Amino acid sequence: MDITEVPVSQDNKGKKKKNKKAKKKSVSQEGNEESGGVETKEEKMEKSEPAFPPTFSVSEIKNKQRRHLMFMKLKQEKRKQKMQIKKKKKKEREALGDKAPPKEVPKTIENQRVYDETTVDPEDEEIAFDEGTDEFSAYFNGLTNPKVLITTSDRPRGRTVRFCEQLATVIPNAHVYYRRGLALKRIIPQCIARNFTYLIVINEDRKVPNGLVLCHLPDGPTAHFKISSVRLRKEMKRRGKDPTEHSPEVILNNFTTRLGHSIGRLFAALFPQDPQFVGRQVATFHNQRDFVFFRFHRYIFKNEKKVGIQELGPRFTLKLRSLQKGTFDSKFGEYEWVLKRHEMDACRRKFQL
Amino acid sequence: MQHDDVIWDIIGNQQFCSFKVKTKSQGFCRNEYNVTGLCNRSSCPLANSQYATIREEKGQCFLYMKVIERAAFPAKMWEKVKLSKNYEKALEQIDENLIYWPRFIRHKCKQRFTKITQYLIRMRKLVLKRQRKLVPLSRKVERREKRKEEKALIAAQLDNAIEKELLERLKQGTYGDIYNFPVHAFDRALEQQDAESESEEEEEGEEEEEDDEDTGKREFVAEEEVEESDLSDFEDMNKLKTSSDEEEQDEEEESSEEEEEEEEEEEEEETMTKASRSKGKSPANGSAARKKRAYVEIEYETEPVAKSRATS
Repeated sequence: MDITEVPVSQDNKGKKKKNKKAKKKSVSQEGNEESGGVETKEEKMEKSEPAFPPTFSVSEIKNKQRRHLMFMKLKQEKRKQKMQIKKKKKKEREALGDKAPPKEVPKTIENQRVYDETTVDPEDEEIAFDEGTDEFSAYFNGLTNPKVLITTSDRPRGRTVRFCEQLATVIPNAHVYYRRGLALKRIIPQCIARNFTYLIVINEDRKVPNGLVLCHLPDGPTAHFKISSVRLRKEMKRRGKDPTEHSPEVILNNFTTRLGHSIGRLFAALFPQDPQFVGRQVATFHNQRDFVFFRFHRYIFKNEKKVGIQELGPRFTLKLRSLQKGTFDSKFGEYEWVLKRHEMDACRRKFQL
Repeated sequence: MQHDDVIWDIIGNQQFCSFKVKTKSQGFCRNEYNVTGLCNRSSCPLANSQYATIREEKGQCFLYMKVIERAAFPAKMWEKVKLSKNYEKALEQIDENLIYWPRFIRHKCKQRFTKITQYLIRMRKLVLKRQRKLVPLSRKVERREKRKEEKALIAAQLDNAIEKELLERLKQGTYGDIYNFPVHAFDRALEQQDAESESEEEEEGEEEEEDDEDTGKREFVAEEEVEESDLSDFEDMNKLKTSSDEEEQDEEEESSEEEEEEEEEEEEEETMTKASRSKGKSPANGSAARKKRAYVEIEYETEPVAKSRATS
């Protein structure tokens, strides 16, 4: 009876059986199915500590309950060791006092980012030349003033309409037009004829805006973004009054690569070149890990070293899906860059913008 | 022999017809050769040995006719006539093919033909208009992207980044003369701070410098109200820099000139304050919260500073 019972209870490595292990020690060496289990069991009995030889892995245990218990024990062990290491380090640091080595910088995704060879060097002449002669040069040289047309896809719903209106207040010199089923290819020449510099089309899906096509007009590049987390003005906490008519300043953060640079210029050209500081408004496009966050704030300088900001205006996040060379043409357009999910999203530390 | 009445008796009323679809108000006939689509004695293609329909294949309309003479040859029962694409000509064709046929069938055939041409025209028009392209979303991908976005938002620390950028611009002077913050008001506040915590020798030097600076610069009264919190912030920064400060002071006390020490310290403290600010000392909330936080911390900080003084 004892012998037959032993294999069953032996293999049960649950905590409940720890007490009984000592009794069954002698019998445990016989008749075992899992060799790994035996070794660990014996070691356990000797050291009264779960010690795992390197060949043993928790996944080899077939029984779910036992496997779960073993895994939890493993985790506890690891945690304990980690805490011990931490304590030791802390003690050393305190002991050394001043001479302690500087704290190690934790690894972040930004730290570990795979170096992109298209990163823009601020002093690169080639890039400076390119930017001097590309489609935005007219804007950046102060020749043209931005004039923006905002429209939607067919039959927009309430949220999208409100979003368009708020965008129009944020971007100076912007006009909202109802789409009415017109083809974009026919709208574009009309816009060019009326001296618009930008066309924004907000695509809607299930009553919520989810896409943005930003087209620079006199045959400029077209960028297609995915919009997410749109927050309208009345949903903002602690928001200020409505934005005034003053043209805001623009902040573009973290656009490092060539692609990022061109997108940054695309955003910058939306706003007039000379911001009115009287208005104290700032529109921010912050790129983090390929997501572009848009915020609109009003700032006030309390003194030299402190500034207070208050968020007005809508906020949304953009993710670039494709960049096309000419104006909007989905069939025959020449795509400069397209998001290819399998290639580009495969590595967590690789970013395009 | 074709007994239409018998057939209709069976399938129409009493027994089962596999083409019949019954609803509450009406019965429909799913037979492809049915002219009207309803289940009636006169519209049933099975119960009428003389019957005609219009059917459409790939945009082409055909007239199908069934006569009793061919009732024995199921394979050749339906006679198919191609109708012209011209609407009027096609109607004439129907008329001439169905001459001497019962009024009902002629009428219904023409009606059906009209309907068919209408929907063919609409189809052609729609193709020319813009068509909505449905792009499938992958649920997993969307979930992953959402999570990535949240993480990116946290990593971005937007408020701090914006504030830092604005202060940078102020420093570089892009705002011109709009904001007249005297640069040395800050220094003066720092010097007062130093005077409290450092040795007396340095205090004399600072006072001399203060006098010199006072003559040139204007003071803004509003600034002083805010300076309480500024002072507390400076003490914050002092707390942050204690270790490096001690090192600097140790080194500098060894050197001879006092004024240089002070200037270096001030500069270093300025840079440290900038760094500490950008590290996110300022919370996302408004200034009220900031001030409160600073006030609380004043009480704690003086003690450790005093302690470190003692040890050094």
